[in-house]
Amino acid sequence: MPLTRAQVQHIAELAKLKLTEEEIERMTPQLSAILDHAARLQELDTEAIPPTASVAPLQNVMRDDQVAPSMPREDALANAPDKDERGEFFRVRAILKDEG
Amino acid sequence: MIMELYALTVHEARARLEKGEISSVDLTRAVLDRIDAVDARVNAYLTVVAERALGQARQADARWAAHRRDKSTAPALLGIPMAIKDEICTRGVRTTAGSKILGKFVPPYDATVMEKLNAAGAILIGKTNQDEFAMGSSTENSRYFVTHNPWDLDRVPGGSSGGSAAAVAADETLFALGTDTGGSVRQPAGLTNIVGLRPTYGRVSRFGVIAFASSLDQVGSLTKDVRDAATILGVIAGYDAREATSVNRPVPDYVGALDGQSHPAEERGTSGLPLQGVCVGVPREYFIEGMQPGVDAVVRAAIRQLESLGATTQEVSLPHTDYSLPTYYLIAPAEASANLARYDGVKYGYRLEESDEMWEVMRATRGDGFGAEVKRRIMLGTYALSAGYYDAYYLKAQKVRTLIKQDFDQAFAQVEDPEHTSGVDVIVAPTSPSVAFKIGEKVNDPLQMYLADVFTLAQALAGIPAISIPCGFVDGLPVGLQLMGRAFDEERVLRVAYAYEQATDWRTRKPAL
Repeated sequence: MPLTRAQVQHIAELAKLKLTEEEIERMTPQLSAILDHAARLQELDTEAIPPTASVAPLQNVMRDDQVAPSMPREDALANAPDKDERGEFFRVRAILKDEG
Repeated sequence: MIMELYALTVHEARARLEKGEISSVDLTRAVLDRIDAVDARVNAYLTVVAERALGQARQADARWAAHRRDKSTAPALLGIPMAIKDEICTRGVRTTAGSKILGKFVPPYDATVMEKLNAAGAILIGKTNQDEFAMGSSTENSRYFVTHNPWDLDRVPGGSSGGSAAAVAADETLFALGTDTGGSVRQPAGLTNIVGLRPTYGRVSRFGVIAFASSLDQVGSLTKDVRDAATILGVIAGYDAREATSVNRPVPDYVGALDGQSHPAEERGTSGLPLQGVCVGVPREYFIEGMQPGVDAVVRAAIRQLESLGATTQEVSLPHTDYSLPTYYLIAPAEASANLARYDGVKYGYRLEESDEMWEVMRATRGDGFGAEVKRRIMLGTYALSAGYYDAYYLKAQKVRTLIKQDFDQAFAQVEDPEHTSGVDVIVAPTSPSVAFKIGEKVNDPLQMYLADVFTLAQALAGIPAISIPCGFVDGLPVGLQLMGRAFDEERVLRVAYAYEQATDWRTRKPAL
C-alpha cells in the first residue's frame, strides 16, 4: 500500500523534520518502495515466535546508587549554540506563549 | 626491498620499535607524509591532528626508551598511529558522525574504546570520513565529501566506515576503528582488500560511540592483517559499567588463539594441517543468483583452500537469510529515529534560527542538519513505530529477528548424539555480492544501495562475530571472504581467518596510488 503525501507530511511532523516540497515529492515513492519490500515479512507465520529486542545475554542490569563526580557544567555546556550569561543553563526559544 | 614505514602492520612496527630500529616519531611522520601524498585523491580523513600526533609520538619514544632500558614490556600499541571513525567520540577533537548537525561538536569526553586505546599507547592521527550517522554502504552519504576506493578512484570504498577502510588500504594509518551496525566494518574491508572484524554484540563497549541503532551497533577494527585484528580486539574488548549491554566476561588471549595453541588438543590433530578438526559451514542462501559470477568463483576457491588446510566443509541452511534485509531496514531505522531525537538544536552545536518559535527552530535545525538518507531513515523508523503500524512493522521485524538468530543457533549447535549431525564451528560466505561499485551508481535508488549489505545484516541481527578477510580479485578489484562464529567465539573465527591468510598472499597486494 503506497504512502500518501499527507501521511508523509504527518510523519515529518511526528519526527520534527522540516521537509521541502521537493523532498516530500521524492521521499513519498521511496518510502513506499521500502515498505513494500518490508511487507515480505508478512509471508512468515510468527504467531508463536517471541520478539527479540536485544541479543545480549543479559537481564536487568542493576548497580548501587553511588555519588561520584559527573561531567563539569562548563564541559556539558561547551557545545551549546546558546547559553545564559553566567554559563549555567542551555538557552532555547520560548516554549510557552504569553497568552495575556 | 626497503619497506616504507607507513606500510607496516601493527605487529611489524611494534617489533621494530621494541628493538629501537625506528622511532614513533619516524613512524608518525611517515604516516602524515603519506596522507599529504595521497589523501587529496582518496579523501579518507575528515580531520588530521598532525601536531598533536607528533607530540604524542615524542612522548611514546621517551616511554619506549625507558622500557628498553629496564627491559619491561611496553603497552600493546605504544607509539602506533591509528585512525578513528568520526562516529566515535574523541575528547577535544571534533567528532561529526559525518553530519552537519554535529559539524561543530567537540566531545568533552572520550569513548571507552578511546580510553583503552590511549592507555595502550596508540597515537591518534585523525578522524575518518563516513556515511552520515553510519547510514550507508558507500560513504557517499557523508555531508562533507566522498571517499574514493584506493583500488579504483572512480569507485566507492564501501561504507559506512569507508574512510577508515580507505585509510588502512592506502597505508594512511597502521590501523583504524570503525563501527558496524549492518556491515559497516566488514563490507568496506572486503571492498578494499583489508581485514574488518565485527565482534560479538556486548564484547566491546559502545559508551561514547554516537548511537545509530542500539540493538545492533558494535565497534570493530580495520587492519592490514588478522594478527592486528586480534591485537586490537584484545585492547578494546571488555566489560564497561557505563554501558548497559556490555557483557562481563573475561577477555581471552586473541593473539595466542591464532595458531590454535589455546584450543583443545583434540582439535589440533596430528596431521600438521592448521585447520584439522574444524568444521566450516557453507550456507546455500549466500550463494545466490544475482551475485557477481567472478565473486562467486573467488569465494568458492577460498573454501577449497580452507579444505586443503584441513577443514571439513558441510552445507548448512540459514533459511531466513532472505528476510534479513526487510527486518534490518525496519529495526535499524526505528531505533535510529529514537536515537536521533536528541539532535534538537540545544546541546550539540548546530542550530538554525529561522524563527522565534521553539518547535519551528527544532524542525528547521533537523531539516537542514540531517542529510537525505538520515531523514529517510528517521521517517521510515517513525512510521514503523507509530500508532497503528507498530505491530505490523516493528514487532513483526523483532519476531523475524528471532527466526534469523535461531537459524545460526541451529547451524552452530553442538549436538552430543553421535547419530545426529553436529553443528559447524564457523560459517563461511562472501562479504558482499559484488566488488566495489562506481561512485554515483546507486545514490538515487535507496533499495539498490541497501542490497549492497545483503550478506552482512543477518550476523548483526543475530549478534554474532564475523570477519572479512581478503580472498582474491575480480577485474583488479578486491573480494572479501566472510567468516562467522558463535557469540563470544572470536578466537575460532580469528584462528580460521589466520590460517587462510597465512596460506595466501592477497594481503600483500597494494593499490597503486
